[in-house]
Amino acid sequence: MSDARDEILGRIRAAVSDGRPDAARADAASRLETHPRNLVPARARDLGAEARENLFVTMAEEADATVARVAVGGDVPREIARYLAERNLPARLVAAPDPKLENLPWQETALELRHGIAADDDAVGVTASFAAIAETGTLMLVSGPASPTRNNFLPETHVVVLRAADVVGTYEEAWERLRAARAMPRIVNFITGPSRTGDIAQKLELGAHGPRRLHIVLVEDGA
Amino acid sequence: MEATSRAFSANAARALGDAQLQDALGTMMREGFGARRAKAVARLPEFEALREEGKTLKNHVLQNLDFYLETWERNVIARGGYVHWCRDAAEARAAVLAICHGTGARTVTKGKSMVGEEIAINDYLEANGITPVETDLGEYIIQIRHEGPSHIIAPAVHLAKEQVAESFRAAHRGLDPARPLSEPRQMLDEARAILRRQFLAADVGITGANFLVAETGSSIIVTNEGNGDLTQTLPRIHVVLASIEKVVPTLEDAALMLRLLARSATGQEFSTYTTISTGPRRPEDTDGPEQYHVIMLDNGRSALLGGEMQDMLRCIRCGACLNHCPVYGAVGGHAYGWVYPGPMGAVLTPTLIGLADAAALPNASTFCGRCESVCPVKIPLPKLMRHWREREFDQKLAPPVARWGLAAWAFLAQRPALYRVASSLAARVLGWAGRSRGRFRALPMASGWTRVRDLPAPEGQSFMSQWAARR
Repeated sequence: MSDARDEILGRIRAAVSDGRPDAARADAASRLETHPRNLVPARARDLGAEARENLFVTMAEEADATVARVAVGGDVPREIARYLAERNLPARLVAAPDPKLENLPWQETALELRHGIAADDDAVGVTASFAAIAETGTLMLVSGPASPTRNNFLPETHVVVLRAADVVGTYEEAWERLRAARAMPRIVNFITGPSRTGDIAQKLELGAHGPRRLHIVLVEDGA
Repeated sequence: MEATSRAFSANAARALGDAQLQDALGTMMREGFGARRAKAVARLPEFEALREEGKTLKNHVLQNLDFYLETWERNVIARGGYVHWCRDAAEARAAVLAICHGTGARTVTKGKSMVGEEIAINDYLEANGITPVETDLGEYIIQIRHEGPSHIIAPAVHLAKEQVAESFRAAHRGLDPARPLSEPRQMLDEARAILRRQFLAADVGITGANFLVAETGSSIIVTNEGNGDLTQTLPRIHVVLASIEKVVPTLEDAALMLRLLARSATGQEFSTYTTISTGPRRPEDTDGPEQYHVIMLDNGRSALLGGEMQDMLRCIRCGACLNHCPVYGAVGGHAYGWVYPGPMGAVLTPTLIGLADAAALPNASTFCGRCESVCPVKIPLPKLMRHWREREFDQKLAPPVARWGLAAWAFLAQRPALYRVASSLAARVLGWAGRSRGRFRALPMASGWTRVRDLPAPEGQSFMSQWAARR
């Protein structure tokens, strides 16, 4: 295969190096160093916290997610119990092995809870969001010891706990936050609403292979 | 997939007579992706400026493609991934099979990938004893029907729900034959249950890549169903099918392209799932594949660099040009005879299967320009189709009548005095012959035109002579 590599790269080099100013290569190298922003739409730029949160909620709901706002992290289990009961969904759930979730007062509810990796028969899953992007109502979840990727996709009902302080305006702000927090994780999942398909007779149906429902619990103050 | 692009005219005639297909295409062109794109674009005042930035960025990448690919590769390897460079489809197929064999894999799940269609990976794996299962619902439907995709983002858009139900009954033999399958929801639930077992059982998951990020060595997939994520998360091995023009420099650049992609493709603000994958499972991870491989395919793309077709390498496969093309809307994707239909297919297919077999495609255009006007990276598709027509003429591939006709016209057009005499003579003769009706129902050597429409008769005087008289 290394023959193929040298041949392909050789062909590319021969085609593009013709007439390429030396400065162009320096531009490319500095682009990787400084990762400059391209045009960022005004919609979610320079918003105050409240406007940013409101935009996030509007856009997420437009993408068929539901959002509940709670005051403090301690309210999360009760909100989830309420949500599941209202829709007549099982009160049994798998939560990602995330300390932020483990420390919530689950015992105040009748929810049957397991922390760990989701299996096929887990009907409801709870995970925590790394951040969220107001611009498009999108959750940003990252993989790691506390967040198995499959928990975001296997359960039919996906509940995501999001701290209001983690709602950013744009993707560019999300990248900055990620770079500051940690090395590039194995997986970054941007999730905008529940799974869907229009592949049968062009009719939109929610709940294709991933979750049928996405419920976001937005915690106003810490978690 | 055997190309039938040579038979475009016959394919198109058949498609025009297919009432069910016309119904599906009508729905799509009337209220489908195009209408939704218009709404999404209207909501984002910066969209036109983003298109210009997308074009500039892709041009910058192509100008430095060797540098960005090498950077990307270094970062993939640093994260424990493997890169398999493949000159052509045969090398790519062999590389995927070798990965499957090397890991003892038997079953493969697959997310939607146009590179996968291009290299016909499914037929090859099946011939070698490995069962690939398509998991995108549209791809799954056409797989059980043994058809190719008719659209690059909606592969089963040509089918009515009754046809899907029929295919499900034929393919899912273990289920109750009396079960109701009249609604899309019922079929979706059936497919979800069947494919869920496949996701859990597969040894290898194959996905495409919408973008590759040089800065991080990542691949990005964009889906709505969540099938791509289950495909790449659950099996032991993840294989990414990519090609050289998919790379972007940084995450910021990926954001620019993602803002363009979903809006252009489906009119969504953002697709449901956009997933950025960087290498295999890490020691601290609780799940994910043990191996991460990328098939890096050239297949004729590098030959477009530096030439008049280079602009085509900006393409991000959104499908907007199909959704706005009156020819695609009339005949559908299968008429184009290979994996890439519509305006982008008319430009790309001759590169990939040869102009001799695909020359009909760049001719199947009225050059109305809608494709170029909606392209998120401003590819001048009509101009590129015209380049193919010129090459077709130069290589003497066009039918003799067309070549002689064009040669005769060129001879006249280069001699203005003679041209004026000939055209005013023709205008007078045709004007006289058509004086009673004002149009022709049939005309010698013009049956291709008059078979389906009348030819208006000239008024007798050419423009030049009328102009001269008026002065």
